[in-house]
Amino acid sequence: MVLKYLIRENAYYDSVTLMIITREVKKIEGVKEVIVGMGTELNKELAGNLNLLTPKLQKITPNDFFISLDSVDDNIAKKAFAFVDELLSKKKAESEDYQPSTFESALKYMPEANLVLISLPGKYAAREAKNALLNDKHVMLFSDNVSLEEEIDLKSLAKQSGLLMMGPDCGTAIINHVALAFANVIRKGPIGIVGASGTGIQEVTVMIDKLGSGISQAIGTGGRDLKAEVGGIMMIEGLKALQNDPLTEIIVLISKPPDKEVARKVLSILKEGGKPSVVYFAGGDPGVIKEYGSIPGLSLEDTAHKAVAIAKGKSIEDFTGFTVTNIDKIIQVETKKLKEKQRYIRGLYTGGTLCDEAMIILSALVGDIYSNIPLKPEGKLSDINKSYRHSLIDLGDDEFTRGKPHPMIDPYVRQERILSEAKDKEAAIILMDFVLGFGSNPGPAGEMIPYIQKARKIAAKDGRHICMISSVCGTEEDPQNLIEQEKKLKEEGVIVMPSNAQAVRLAAAIVLSRRNSQ
Amino acid sequence: MTKINELFQEKLKVINMGLESFNENLKKQNVKTVQVDWKPPARGNKKMLSLLDKLK
Repeated sequence: MVLKYLIRENAYYDSVTLMIITREVKKIEGVKEVIVGMGTELNKELAGNLNLLTPKLQKITPNDFFISLDSVDDNIAKKAFAFVDELLSKKKAESEDYQPSTFESALKYMPEANLVLISLPGKYAAREAKNALLNDKHVMLFSDNVSLEEEIDLKSLAKQSGLLMMGPDCGTAIINHVALAFANVIRKGPIGIVGASGTGIQEVTVMIDKLGSGISQAIGTGGRDLKAEVGGIMMIEGLKALQNDPLTEIIVLISKPPDKEVARKVLSILKEGGKPSVVYFAGGDPGVIKEYGSIPGLSLEDTAHKAVAIAKGKSIEDFTGFTVTNIDKIIQVETKKLKEKQRYIRGLYTGGTLCDEAMIILSALVGDIYSNIPLKPEGKLSDINKSYRHSLIDLGDDEFTRGKPHPMIDPYVRQERILSEAKDKEAAIILMDFVLGFGSNPGPAGEMIPYIQKARKIAAKDGRHICMISSVCGTEEDPQNLIEQEKKLKEEGVIVMPSNAQAVRLAAAIVLSRRNSQ
Repeated sequence: MTKINELFQEKLKVINMGLESFNENLKKQNVKTVQVDWKPPARGNKKMLSLLDKLK
């Protein structure tokens, strides 16, 4: 073991860049463990866990860049250090534009800026967001680890100033047809959205596009906006803006189950505006939504179906079926391929709300679901790294992303997980989401293909076939291209469904057909 | 008209602080942007940071 480290004071790089570099360096033969990062407490803790922490590294600050590496010999260490520099300089060459070093100097350079997009480490993010609001700029705050108190403070200030304060923890927005952070390329149309969930907005906007309609705006609020403490400040302000927007004819609201009082407040404002609306409060009570004259969405897909039906002047019906024609045949063929012990569904999700939606649909069809983000406390997996019966895992949850990039950017966690699922003789179906759009991995299907092949080989060793079902959340105009991604998956025998809801229903149908045939 | 509704009628112009990939994606969509070459203020020292904020 050769432990080598390098410190560069006052050299700052963003965390995602460094996490991706860490992964690249780890692939070099002879490198046992490595961390490339800034001297944050988290990175020092991670280095400690990997036996990469030295007394000198212990003293560095979040402003200092470091590499700490355990390799088989000196040469490998030299090679790895040079490779890090190569990747960093490549990164620098990509951005030749002038980059001011503070918000104030950026403001002098571009005083006409109307929105500030912030994805800084949480402990600094609120400070910069407040500064932007005080300078009369709308804000999208992607960062998490911002306290509830800070969120209330920022949103109250924004409301007072008439500004958008999207976030904290706002992953998706489409303002004036510009995709911000993680968002898809969606055609223009009459449907305006306010959502407290990133992948929730992505799935609904993509489905609207697939159904031939489009959107006016998609405003993100961050996941905590409808909690009692925050009181839905940004959903209400966003909603009012859509009510006043002549290009918005239909309003869609998306959230996890909100606080009851907040829900009523939001729904009564929605009613006052008079525009037709569809509301998806995941797993919430549809009765309350109807009471206020709005239409409840049963899933993200159903929400899109109903909004598009209104836009096209068609009758509004619940959509809980399939748009794939030969579905019975698929169920029959897949059921026959399963062995007796193969009874369970394993969902490996990168999108949190897609995982939530899957659990809601699936629990009604097949019974108890286990997860790291369970619907009920008793469904919590005792070990998040080991699936139990029907397990749906949100691989983008904090427990999996500590010191690692989100799986929508880097599929590493899912690549590992699919192999361990393949070893489990009880696993019948592997369900996967692939989220396209700006922000996401440039080729998420291609990244998984070698691991899908490996998983199949593992299962085939003892004569098992694992049924793989996926849905791709994206459009043909997305940088990754929907058709291309779907084609790659289909070529590997993965069943590609048009939505997450349909993928989940198909998985349930196969499991139920398996039960009935025993 | 509220400021949010005014924004809906303007061209988006963005100051990006943080992940450069977000800035690159905006440029690909022909949005005028400026990337801030951000570093933790006060060298990441929390006490120093709160003192700086008080001086403002």
